[in-house]
Amino acid sequence: MRIIIAGCGKVGELLTSYISREGHDVIVIDTDPQIIEDIVNEYDVMGIVGNCGSNSVLLEAGADGADLIIAVTASDELNIFCCMVAGKLGVKHSIARVRNPEYTEQMVFMRGEFGLSMAVNPEYDAAEEILRIIQFPAAIKIDTFAKGRVDLAEVRIDDGHPLCGRRLAELGGFYGVNILVCAVRRGDEVAIPSGDFTLEPGDVIHITASHSELVNFFKKLGIVTKRIRSVMIIGGGKIAFFLSRMLCEVGIKVKIVESDPERAAQLADLLPSAMVINGDGTDGDILIEEGIDDVDASVSLTGIDEENIIISMFAGTRRVDKVITKINHLNVMKMLSSIGLECIVSPKNISANNILRYLRGLGNTDGSSVQTLYKIVDGSAEALEFIASENFEALGVPIKDMKLKKNLLLACIIRQDKIIYPHGGDTIEAGDSVIVVTKSSGEALRDLGEILE
Amino acid sequence: MNYKMIAYIIGQIVRVEGVLLLLPLATALIYGENTMAAFLIPSLAAIVIGTLMTLKKPANTSIFARDGFVTVGLSWIILSLIGALPFSISGEIPSYVDAFFETVSGFTTTGATILKSVEGLSQGMYFWRSFTHWIGGMGVLVFVLAILPQADTRSVKLMHVMRAEVPGPKVGKLVSKISRTAQIMYGIYIGLTFLQVIFLLAGGMPFFDSLLNSFATAGTGGFGIWNTSIAYYDSAYVDWVIGVFMLLFGVNFNLYYFILIGHAAEVFRSEELRWYLAIVGGATALIAFDIRGIFGNVADSVRYAFFQVSSIITTTGFTTADFDTWPALSKIILVLLMFCGACAGSTGGGIKVGRMLLLIKTGLREIKYMLHPRAVVSIKVEGKPAEPDTIRSASSYLVVYMMIFIVSLFFIEMIEECDLVTGFTAVAACFNNIGPGLGAVGPSGGFAGFTALSKLILSFNMLAGRLEIFPLLLLFSPSTWRRY
Repeated sequence: MRIIIAGCGKVGELLTSYISREGHDVIVIDTDPQIIEDIVNEYDVMGIVGNCGSNSVLLEAGADGADLIIAVTASDELNIFCCMVAGKLGVKHSIARVRNPEYTEQMVFMRGEFGLSMAVNPEYDAAEEILRIIQFPAAIKIDTFAKGRVDLAEVRIDDGHPLCGRRLAELGGFYGVNILVCAVRRGDEVAIPSGDFTLEPGDVIHITASHSELVNFFKKLGIVTKRIRSVMIIGGGKIAFFLSRMLCEVGIKVKIVESDPERAAQLADLLPSAMVINGDGTDGDILIEEGIDDVDASVSLTGIDEENIIISMFAGTRRVDKVITKINHLNVMKMLSSIGLECIVSPKNISANNILRYLRGLGNTDGSSVQTLYKIVDGSAEALEFIASENFEALGVPIKDMKLKKNLLLACIIRQDKIIYPHGGDTIEAGDSVIVVTKSSGEALRDLGEILE
Repeated sequence: MNYKMIAYIIGQIVRVEGVLLLLPLATALIYGENTMAAFLIPSLAAIVIGTLMTLKKPANTSIFARDGFVTVGLSWIILSLIGALPFSISGEIPSYVDAFFETVSGFTTTGATILKSVEGLSQGMYFWRSFTHWIGGMGVLVFVLAILPQADTRSVKLMHVMRAEVPGPKVGKLVSKISRTAQIMYGIYIGLTFLQVIFLLAGGMPFFDSLLNSFATAGTGGFGIWNTSIAYYDSAYVDWVIGVFMLLFGVNFNLYYFILIGHAAEVFRSEELRWYLAIVGGATALIAFDIRGIFGNVADSVRYAFFQVSSIITTTGFTTADFDTWPALSKIILVLLMFCGACAGSTGGGIKVGRMLLLIKTGLREIKYMLHPRAVVSIKVEGKPAEPDTIRSASSYLVVYMMIFIVSLFFIEMIEECDLVTGFTAVAACFNNIGPGLGAVGPSGGFAGFTALSKLILSFNMLAGRLEIFPLLLLFSPSTWRRY
């Protein structure tokens, strides 16, 4: 497929790296020649310097025959405009990053009138992810499949963790719960483990299970997970707004620390049930005064990564149970786990995942399109959800007789409301939701049929 | 530097060369010549060594600009070292230095020869000699990029490699994938070559001659297979066909792609192409007028003038007349054309019309700055403002170019003690990948009289000229090989 990416900021570059590796023809557009130069050197893509809203630039990028345009420049208006122009020139699908809540609300109108296929809002998506973590504090990160029926939780095994030294095959019998460890990161390696795999300190595991089983499992492990009832948010940007609104809805107490008085007043206006403090979040005294010692969770959401890291480290020393940090620059992620910051949320990454899922859906052939897609373990593995269609060639075939690709695991089959952890005798039937975990080194999976050799 | 990855890419190239050596072997077989071993031994050796080097793909495939330049510089030297073997094994060019010079001259599409008499080689050798032009014209690494499996080109950052090999101040891709770009370029290249063969055959030239002359034209090389080069055929038709095709191969290949995808109008808007054609037209008219006395009629003077202008500006180096005997004005025009060169992104050498335009515009801007110190002047290339980086690299290219030229000239004069015209045009003809110069190295002479050391210096010049200096120069810079 020919895909145009307009705007090469952080999301743009992340998308370029994911998409070009999947073998599509990628054309990137940016106004900065230096950025284009770097991108072209780094990835096998074509670069064009220019304004992506301009007819001639889009034509130069081959918009008349392109399949998809992804507009992720810094400006909402330019993104929408770029998609409209590209749509008129003949691009079949268009995705725009739209962050302003006022525009997001008119998405239905835009889809109909402007022909936008999809709008992504990284801030909103990030807020949703933070909410999930707050609701389930035992995991570093939690994603959901099949409309929330199955959770994918990321858990770190520290020294002295009850799971240390356990073989995966014994887990079920030992704790009497139905869970599945589907991917393990050890150092820089990622493994799709078999039953013989033994867990070691330092491993980060990904577990799929239903929400109740997951809660059960952590209870059995003896990890007491206190429910989070109060949250302190430092930095009052867009994520803070979306997150506070969600938290207030589920009855969690929210305190927002924002240094700009005007923005603070605005937030207080918009969020009547949240407490808004006008103060500098990097000032430890203010945080102590506002009760950081007694809060259950803190979320650092200022616009500067370094500030977020320092605030979170400070919160860690004040024994806050759950410390969540927002990071924009993905390259610092590796350093962070070594200094003890586990819960990292990256809005860019979340948007990139959403866009990638849409893209895979475009490429599929037999109608069993990708429902959900998460890049896990720093993008070196992915978990995908498909709905099996009538056309899936191995319907009703026991799994032990299927020739599955290497480095691929059938994690879950969801039939109506039943969750099946597939064993050799189980089958896939039409209408099932199937969750597949795979290393992303090989060809990208676009439909369910591709799990077979 | 990622030595393993460099070795891997070079291994691919060595293997490709081994396979390509099978073609002259086939020629020798067809003509029943006894030079089979001379091709078979290097071919097998290259295939075996190349396969061994590419057996295991390195785990770390990341290469940067420096690795790309080193890869290109080294591969061209290794390519020439291997390519020289058939000549010296068969004994047809007994001295290995001579054979090396001849092969470098082939791969760099120079066409300068150390043979006193070209006639007398075996058919297999003729084929290999002209075929090196064809391979070197578009570039070996570009060829490897075109045939490498996609999974390879996707994971390895090969843009640096391509940029180091394709001539011109700014190298772009035609389509988003580098392997596809390389395939399109080779497709156009093969298509045009094929077309020329057809045209020459239609003019009654024997098949073998048509093929070899087309190879030499396509690469803008200029190895003739007769002592009198193209003059041997003494046919106005052949002169015009080869003259026009030389001109075509001197055009930026991107423009052919635009024609293929139906954007022909854009082609004629190209500033570089217009200047290129204008220079050819102007030079032809001047020379035709200047030599009117030698040939007597207008048709013949235009024919000989056009052929020579086309041959020199595209840096091919075919000759239909001994231009060393032409009047001084014609000679100096030809020498100036040697430096001018063809278009960027073509198979021709020289400084390139596009880079010349940029340099002249920069010079004019400097004059404006003198008059209006506070003026803001933007330089436009092809209707778009040129980036400061492009201007800077073009200016520094010219400086380094002049330096190498002067140093080479100094050494050649010191070693050979020849007259200045011979020395100057010998360096100019090699450095700009043309072939024949004036004086002792003129169309009727050759490089046979030079000492081995001079031949090596000129070989360096040829490689530096083909690769636009930097990939080769970097090999001799200590900081390239330092870890930090």
